[in-house]
Parts: sequence; C-alpha cells; structure tokens
Amino acid sequence: MVRVLKLELKGITKRFGSLVANDHIDVVVEPGQIHCLLGENGAGKSTLMNVLYGLYEPTEGEILIDDKPVTFRGPGDAMAAGIGMVHQHFMLVPVFTVAENVALGAETTKTGGFLDLDDTRRKIREISDRYGFDVDPDALIEDLPVGVQQRVEIIKALVRDAKVLILDEPTAVLTPQDTDELLDIMRQLKSHGTSIVFISHKLREVKAVSDTITVIRRGKVVGTADPDASTTELASMMVGRAVSLTLDKAPAKPQETTFEVKDLTVIAPSGQHVVDGISFGIARGEILAIAGVQGNGQTELTEAVLGLHSRVHGSIVLDGEELVGRSVKEVLNAGVGFVPEDRSLDGLIGTFSIAENLILDRYDQAPFAKGISMSPAKVLENAKTRIEEFDVRTPSGSLAAGTLSGGNQQKVVMARELSRPLRLFIASQPTRGVDVGSIEFLHKRIVAERDNGTPVMIVSTELDEVIELADRIAVLYKGKLVGIVPAGTGRDVLGLMMAGVSAEEALTDAAGKHPAPAPAPESAENPADTPATYPAPAAPSVQEPSSGAVGDHHD
Amino acid sequence: MSTTATSPVKPQPEESHTPAQSAKPVTWKLPVTLAVLAVVAFIFFGLLGPQGTAKFGVSSGGDFFQLPAIEVPAFLSGMVLSVILLGLAGYALVLKANRNQRPPRWLPVVFTVVFVVAFLIWVVGGARTPSISLAGLIAGSVTLAVPIVFGSLSGVLCERAGVVNIAIEGQLLGGAFTAALVASLTHNPYAGLLAAAVAGALVSMVLALFSIKYVVNQIIVGVVLNVLVSGLTGFLFSTVMQSDPEKYNSPGRLPIIDIPVLSSIPVIGPILFKQSVVGYLMYVAVIVIWIALFKTKWGLRVRAVGEHPQAADTLGIKVNATRFWNVTLGGAVAGIGGSFFTLVAIDSFTKEISGGRGFIALAAMILGRWNPIGAFFAALLFGFADNLQSIVTIIGTPVPSQFMAMLPYLVTVFAVAGLVGRSRPPAADGIPYVKG
Repeated sequence: MVRVLKLELKGITKRFGSLVANDHIDVVVEPGQIHCLLGENGAGKSTLMNVLYGLYEPTEGEILIDDKPVTFRGPGDAMAAGIGMVHQHFMLVPVFTVAENVALGAETTKTGGFLDLDDTRRKIREISDRYGFDVDPDALIEDLPVGVQQRVEIIKALVRDAKVLILDEPTAVLTPQDTDELLDIMRQLKSHGTSIVFISHKLREVKAVSDTITVIRRGKVVGTADPDASTTELASMMVGRAVSLTLDKAPAKPQETTFEVKDLTVIAPSGQHVVDGISFGIARGEILAIAGVQGNGQTELTEAVLGLHSRVHGSIVLDGEELVGRSVKEVLNAGVGFVPEDRSLDGLIGTFSIAENLILDRYDQAPFAKGISMSPAKVLENAKTRIEEFDVRTPSGSLAAGTLSGGNQQKVVMARELSRPLRLFIASQPTRGVDVGSIEFLHKRIVAERDNGTPVMIVSTELDEVIELADRIAVLYKGKLVGIVPAGTGRDVLGLMMAGVSAEEALTDAAGKHPAPAPAPESAENPADTPATYPAPAAPSVQEPSSGAVGDHHD
Repeated sequence: MSTTATSPVKPQPEESHTPAQSAKPVTWKLPVTLAVLAVVAFIFFGLLGPQGTAKFGVSSGGDFFQLPAIEVPAFLSGMVLSVILLGLAGYALVLKANRNQRPPRWLPVVFTVVFVVAFLIWVVGGARTPSISLAGLIAGSVTLAVPIVFGSLSGVLCERAGVVNIAIEGQLLGGAFTAALVASLTHNPYAGLLAAAVAGALVSMVLALFSIKYVVNQIIVGVVLNVLVSGLTGFLFSTVMQSDPEKYNSPGRLPIIDIPVLSSIPVIGPILFKQSVVGYLMYVAVIVIWIALFKTKWGLRVRAVGEHPQAADTLGIKVNATRFWNVTLGGAVAGIGGSFFTLVAIDSFTKEISGGRGFIALAAMILGRWNPIGAFFAALLFGFADNLQSIVTIIGTPVPSQFMAMLPYLVTVFAVAGLVGRSRPPAADGIPYVKG
C-alpha cells in the first residue's frame, strides 16, 4: 500500500514585523485523515500552510514528519517530503496545457533536456481514471471550467507523490455542485491513503467531510472539535464568543417597484456580452439578491447601474428617470448608494483618513464644502457620528483608512453610502473577508435600509449570504438571467441554477431526486419566517454527498 | 469543451462554470483594414499604374544556373493584382457580414504578399530604370535584418521570462562598440565577436540587477541604459577611438564564408550559404532558441516564469534567478547582433551606429508574437522595407525618397498596431516578482 505519513507542526510561530500571524500553533495530522483547519478570514490558516509548504520560513517552531524534524527551504523541499498544496488561487499557467502544467517543476526529460510530455500524459490519464476526474491532458487550462482546473491542481500534487494534500479554501470558487463533488474526491483520496489538510471557514463543508477539526483564532489554536459538534458550537469557537447565527429579519413589505432594468446588455472591451439582455425590477422595501458564481456578469451589472461602463444597451430606470448614459456623479446624485465588491480597490482610498473616506462622494457639497474651500471641522464631526453609529473600531477618525481591519473598512464604506437619503442601495459582496461579528452588524444595517423603504440589490457569491438576506433571488449565469426565485428556495435548486439550469428544470430535478423537496417557490408561506442562519441550515439531503442531485453528475 | 475525454454525454452542470470569457469576438477591424488597403492598391497600382514594364532580375552573376529575368507589364499586372486584393478584402467582408466569421488565417498572409508584389511592380515600373535584382533585394534584406533578428531574439528571451527589455538598442550599441575596440586591439575579429557578447551581457546584467533585485521600473531602467550606453560609447569614441583610429577603431571584417555549390543556388544560395559567422549564427540562434523555449524543460520553466511566476515558485522554480540569467543571455545574444555593425557591415565604429534598430527589433518581437521564428520573419520584413527603400531610391522612383525612408517605420507602426491580429504578451511581462 501507499506509504502513509504523519505530519506534526510544533509550536509554529510566524511574525511579520510586529504582526504575529501564527502564535505557537500545534497541529498533528494523523495518516489517512481529513484534518480541518477552521477559522475566520485572517485567522492565520493560510500563513500556517504557507509555512508548512515552505513558502514562508517559520520564526519559531518545527515541522516533524514521521516524528523526524525537517526544514523546508522552499516548496521544492516540501514536495520532496510528500506535501502537496492546492492554493486558493490556482497556481496554473493559463496558456499551458494540462500536461505542461503538471510536468512543470517535475519534468521527465529525454536526453538533452527535451521534454517527455507523453510520460506526463500517461500519468495524468492514470490518476484521472483512478479518481474519475475526466481531464484531458492536452486541454489548455484557460479553456477549462474552474472545477476541472482544481482537479488539475490535485493531479499536480498526486503526480509528485503527495502523501499530505493541503487544500486552501478549495470551495471558495466552486458552485455548490462542484463543492459536493470535491468533498467526494476528498473522501476518495482519503480511502487511497492520502491525508488531507482542509482549510475552510464554511461550517457545512467542514462538518461534512472532516475527521478532526482544529479551530484557529487570531493566530492561535483555540481548540479541537468533533465534526459532530453543532454549527453554533463551531461558530462560537471560531469567533470567540457566542454568536447569534440567526438574523431577525421581519418579512419584507414590498411597495411599488421604483427600480427597473430592461434588456440590459453590457459589452466588455473584448466585445463580449458580459451582461446579456437582463430585465428585472426591485420594489421599495425589498432585497433582491443576485446569486451566481464569480465572474458571471454580476460585477458588470452593478457597475453598469453606477455608470462605469461605456457600452451599455437597454434601460435602467430609477423613479422614472433613465440612468443609462448618465455620469457616475449624476447617478450618485440621483440617490444610488453603491458598495463596490473590492473595498480596498474601489471602496476606499487607503492612505486617506477615515474621515475623508466618509465624505468621498460629498466632498464638494454642503456642509463639507463652500465654494472652493472645505471645512475640515465638519468633516471630522461627521466622522465622529458615523464611527459611533456604525461601530467602527478605531481610536480616531483621522487615522488612515488602510490601517483598519477588513470588517471595519467595510463598515466605513457602508457608513458612507448609507449616510445620505437613498433611492436605491447596491452592495456587492457586502461581507467578503469580514469577521463574523461584523457580518452580523452589516447584515442588520442592510435590512434596516430595506425597512426604510429603499430598494436594495445585493450581489453575493456566497450562497449562505444570499439565502440569509434575500427577499427574492436572481441567479446570473454567463451574463444571462437564469431566473428569479423567491427566498426559501432550496440550496440545491439554487446550485443548479448557478450552473445554468433553468429554474423550472432545477426545481423538478431537485424535487425528483429528493423525497422532501425544497419549498415550492411562490407558495412558500412566509420565507422570511424560516430563520436564516450563518451558515444557513443546509437541507439535510445535501449533507449526504453520494445521493441526490449532486452525486449523479459524476461521470 | 475538451474535457470530454471519456464520457460522450455530459450532464450540463459539469461544463457550465466557465465564466463568460471564452469566445473571442469577431471584429470589423481586419476586413475593413484590408478593404481600405485594397482600394488604395486599386487606385494607385491599378488605375494610376505606370505604363512601362518592370524587370526583376532573378539570378546573379555567380549562380551555377541562370534563370531568365522576369518582365511584367506594370499597368496590366497592377490591375490584376489589385483586383485580386479587392476580391480577398471582399471575401473577408462578406464572411464577417453574413456569417460573423473571421477570415481564414491564410488570407491576411496572401493579401500581404500580393500587396507587396503589386507595390514592387508599381514602384519599379514607374522608376527611371525599371529594373531591379530580386536576388539582390532579398539578400540585402537578410543582411539588414541580421542585427534586428538578434535584437528581437534578445527581447524574446527576456520577455518570455517576464522582464521587459527596452535596452536592446543599448545592448546592440554596446556590442558594436566593444567588438570594434577589442577586435582592433587584438587584431582578431573573432575576439571582437566574443567581447561583443560579453558587453551585451554586461549591459543586460545592469538591467537585470535593477529591475529584478531592486524592483525598479523596467521601462525606466531600459531607457536609462540606452542613453547611458549611447553616451558612454559616444564619449569613448571621440576621446579614445578618434585619438588613434588605426589602433582603436580598425577591427577588420569577419570573413564571408562561402559554402561551395550551395551558395550558387539562385536567390536562396547567397542568403543561406554565403554569410559571415554572425549571419550563420543568426540562423542557428533562431532555431536553437525556438527549440529550447518550446521543447525543453528549461523552456517550459522560463515560459512559466514569464506567465505565472507564483505558480512557478510554488513548484520550486527559482523565479528571479531564472529571470536574471535569461536577461543576461538575452544581452549576450543582442551583443553578438551588435558586432554585425562593426565586424560585418562596416569595419569601424561610429556614434549611434545601431541607429534605432534596437527599437525596430522590439517591434519585430511583438509582431512575431514573442516567438523566435515569428520574430525572425518580422525582422526580415523590416529588413526588406529598409532595403527596398534604399534600392528604390537608387533606381529613381516617382515617390520622394523621404517618403520611402519612412517605409520601415510605417511598416513598424502598422504591424505593431495589430494589423496582423492582436498579439498576447507573456502574462507577467514587466511585472517584478516579489515574494510574499
């Protein structure tokens, strides 16, 4: 059988300057186990794994393999020791073929250094057959779907005889179906004797697949947990205090529809229709969540509303006024609040103070400006109230916004956008990379804005968040609107829709395979009454990966 | 999608998560450009074409069999060829309009060839002495292309590894100067050749050091290096070389090695088998670098470093070391190209002898899509335009010589502007790699 390997991290500490990313972390990965590292974004999981993989040198501590200490000077050493890693952002060269990517760094060569890709192709087919991966060695990476690219990454590790496979947030980029397939692959790998270190903050997946769970918080191990532990228990370990996983959301009271998008098409510089003939409306006092896998036109849709794209066809009407063709400034003045998906890139100017960031869209208006002069006192005063109102954790409003943590930065962006009367509120990825405590707060603010009678559009690639917030859910796929379904639609139905299956088909598909189907769309009594949770209560059927809709999609 | 290796029928969700990114749009750019050129050709080469005949000599005196010269009626062939051009352009337009397809790959190539032939007939037919030697034209093109080919190979080596090399001009110039100086001092042009490679490599090492180790903007370092080398060689030329040209600036030429029999084949004989060492080295370099880049382990790693350095790093490849040595090697190659100016073309150094060919080489590299063979042919195109310009001026054309002198640069601008299709540089080209 395969040689198995016991991996031990002992007292690993990693400092970046004064920042302690890992603080005396001890983890033991037993052979043939799926060991989960659970922790919030920024808890230090990835740093730890980069230490293990030889990308960082630990400040203190040692790595033991089969009880013998080892030092890794680079990923090469780690690979030689039988450690493989699948990074959150794939490490694949897009213009290379699968075979070239797999060969890279561990090339078999004929005399004279000539590549022997046939040998690599053979190995890929072998592994591909063993695990049912269905990967063509000669396909170009850039032509492959994300799920298949991930398998290429796994093959890359297996070709190098990895005995321990590190998967860093592997489900972040996947549809729910892909995710379930991946969990299946992980179990298969385990049965073939490969240990897996699974890094995640998604409790549902962690509980579904792990043998052992180590919880990391602020760079420290706070304990181990059993996969049978309840989600509440795991969540409070992860966050460090009891968290309320349910959002108390009153049922929506939609009023008249004031925001309407008709036949909207956005053409990218490449000539591609990134948003393709989309029509929908949002009523006042309603949250429409746009779901979909990253890169299916959501970003462009929100940017088109704001006026950031030049090649836009169709119409966007807010309160009877056409927004297409207006400048960004005009759109903002029409009462659109916009939280961009990348706060550090588009939401804030990191080197500006928090106070300045809070008035970026109103720097030229009273009371902050008069003619050509600005009033710094008013700006600071405004900052004080906003900081208090939004509970931004900072000693002073005059600090640079870039010094804040992710959650607090997001609060600043949100505070700016919500601090003026709005006629439409758009938030893209409102809680990406934000700690659970802040998520709670931000979600409450979004719901409060809805209850003010503002139409709200949320774009999120996190299905949990969509289910949590939405009054209605629109699913985008390749720039097209797959359908709009009511809140309370099952996770598996949404998953299928995110893969391009129409709403009706998805419903029948899911209903046919599950004895107890998800609530039927419009008839659902009061979707908002079902308490949404963090992570949302998964339909029990999804927890059995080999049955049901997902299992049937294996080749 | 190509993942369907084993299962013919695939459930929909499987292949469905590609973000909407794959299909490249078909644009009007190419068909419209072709149409405009075809109309220009029809008006000038056809309707306004000269009435005489154009004579193209094929063989030169020493060939071991003689081919008769080609004589064509200028007006008639101008008409015929420009009508062909109109047809090709029309076909491309129809394809786009009716079926939204891009023209087949051969079409722009055939179009270019026909256009160039029509242009030649037009120019020669209207000249005072309507006769040129085709063999001479081609041989001259290759000669003029030699430094450009070496320069563009240097660019390919650097940029494939992810370092933008604007300093090709400086590397050529450094090579030219050092070759002249060392060959003069040692009385051995081969020593000059070797020294040129070292000089080019040294210029490159400065580029590598600053852009890789100190992460200075690569374009700025490159530009600064060009100015530095130009100033330095200019200074040394006027202070050292001109003080005693006999001693410091008379390198002597590399001999032309004539391979018997083969060199007497008409047209291709002289360009392939009657070259200096530098000329032969050029062919060798193109082929060797192509094979090395695309068929060997080394090449795979170099390309990975240029495309996705982080991926390469996670596989244990030393990104910055690879870049450093590639840039150095590129400099050596460009240095050899520089020696052509002082050891083959002329036998002395003058200020700015490279005359901007380093920049043309950069254009050739882009036009050749970062591929050694592509760059070779692109460089030939520039050499051809350069040579045509001088020949046509000699035989006396109706076109003012200043306009003809613009030809190589016009070709450069149009070629790089993407007439031949948008080319795609290595993804990490010009982006320094700093470990997290």
